[in-house]
Amino acid sequence: MKLRIKNLTSGTVALVFSAVCLADQAQVAVAANFAEPIKAVAAVLEKTTGHTLKVTLGSTGKLYAQIKNGAPFDVLLAANTATPAALESDGLTTPGSRFSYATGKLLLWSADANKVDARGDVLKSGNFRKVAYANPKTAPYGAAAVQVMDKLGLTSTLTPKLVQGESIGQTFNFVHTGNAELGFVAMSQVLEGGKLKGGSMWLIPQALYSPIQQDAVLLQHGANNPAAQALMKLLQSPNIKDLIRSYGYDI
Amino acid sequence: MALLTSSDLQAIGLTLQVAALTTVILLLVGTPLAWWLARTRSWLKKPMGALVAMPIVLPPSVLGFYLLVFMGPNGTVGQWTQSLGLGLLPFTFAGLVVASSFYSLPFMVQPIQNAFANMGTRPLEVAASLRASPLDAFFSVVVPLCKPGFVTGAIMCFAHTVGEFGVVLMVGGNIPGVTRVVSVQIYDHVEAMEYSDAHRLAAVMLGFSFVVLLALHVYNDAQRKGAGA
Repeated sequence: MKLRIKNLTSGTVALVFSAVCLADQAQVAVAANFAEPIKAVAAVLEKTTGHTLKVTLGSTGKLYAQIKNGAPFDVLLAANTATPAALESDGLTTPGSRFSYATGKLLLWSADANKVDARGDVLKSGNFRKVAYANPKTAPYGAAAVQVMDKLGLTSTLTPKLVQGESIGQTFNFVHTGNAELGFVAMSQVLEGGKLKGGSMWLIPQALYSPIQQDAVLLQHGANNPAAQALMKLLQSPNIKDLIRSYGYDI
Repeated sequence: MALLTSSDLQAIGLTLQVAALTTVILLLVGTPLAWWLARTRSWLKKPMGALVAMPIVLPPSVLGFYLLVFMGPNGTVGQWTQSLGLGLLPFTFAGLVVASSFYSLPFMVQPIQNAFANMGTRPLEVAASLRASPLDAFFSVVVPLCKPGFVTGAIMCFAHTVGEFGVVLMVGGNIPGVTRVVSVQIYDHVEAMEYSDAHRLAAVMLGFSFVVLLALHVYNDAQRKGAGA
């Protein structure tokens, strides 16, 4: 009897261990605009495979610098195509793993429901104190905002009113707290269940900025990580694509 | 050969302005506060002392977050500054000075408070018996006696403000010439992988910090020897 209990315990232990071994964890570097969707993606991944994700958010440029300097990330979900391509030519990725997981949209948004009109004329009116955008050197959404201001011919009039967030996440925070009345943010940040969470917005016409195509890449560090591989696979599945679309992305 | 770019020099100039203004403001605000903390027997002494010391242990992100919330349009401070016609403080030079004043408060108050406490009440009693008015006694007796405390407080406050980063990152908005101080400029260089620019400016900060702390040690040592002789 005693023996049987012992056997049972060691059996349980073995079972628990094998479960631990089967469920892996991946360290994922994620561009700040994808902060909300990655939570939903991680939940699906955990439910279907048991694998978990540890997410680090930041501007794409910042994440790039970290990866180049040896940060132990397994996957990068960037907000552009250039950064994953650069990592590929640096030899820091798993060859052939790069693909586009979303195309982002830029919004002019205010936390005030009456501030932004459907054509974005508020930008020309100058009837605001500050407009926030992300650092164009490191954040692709910031670079897109610069293109929009340029195309509208408003760069010089807006310059004195610009404040810079270090990522699109901080930029959103500046607008959300009302410290900047307006801000160029990602559509995914203001949508909930496909609807505007609050405030007012102008969906900026695609003609005013080059498409924000966002690439994912499996990094060298994650080449043999089952959780990282599962995430890459999951991001290409039709169900997840629908999920990502519900946050306002094109795929 | 230009070692530093014009935007680096602008950041240095701005940093010195913020630090100098913060030091002056905290000398004016911190001195009465230090006086009260050194002399009071009120039960409020300990809670106030803890409150003053809090910026030492609080993460700058906490301070930055609260400042953003309270100084914003929906915050109490924000509504007050707006009603005074001052507008909102985040993303402004004035806002940076206010944030720095909170951030560096303990570095000014504590050395001065210690100096007041160490002086004791005797010199003031003597001054009063010689019919010096309280104000006269303060400037002709207390200030000279407590000079090392004031000097230490001012230098630490200045240097600590120069070294400020997290709070500025959160409430500054990275505006060149307005809120982009040296520490943020270095961060920006690193983020954009302009490592050689980052190196040069970082070296300036390294040299500055060393010289300031060395000067402070030399000064304190000289004071101690002077007092001992």
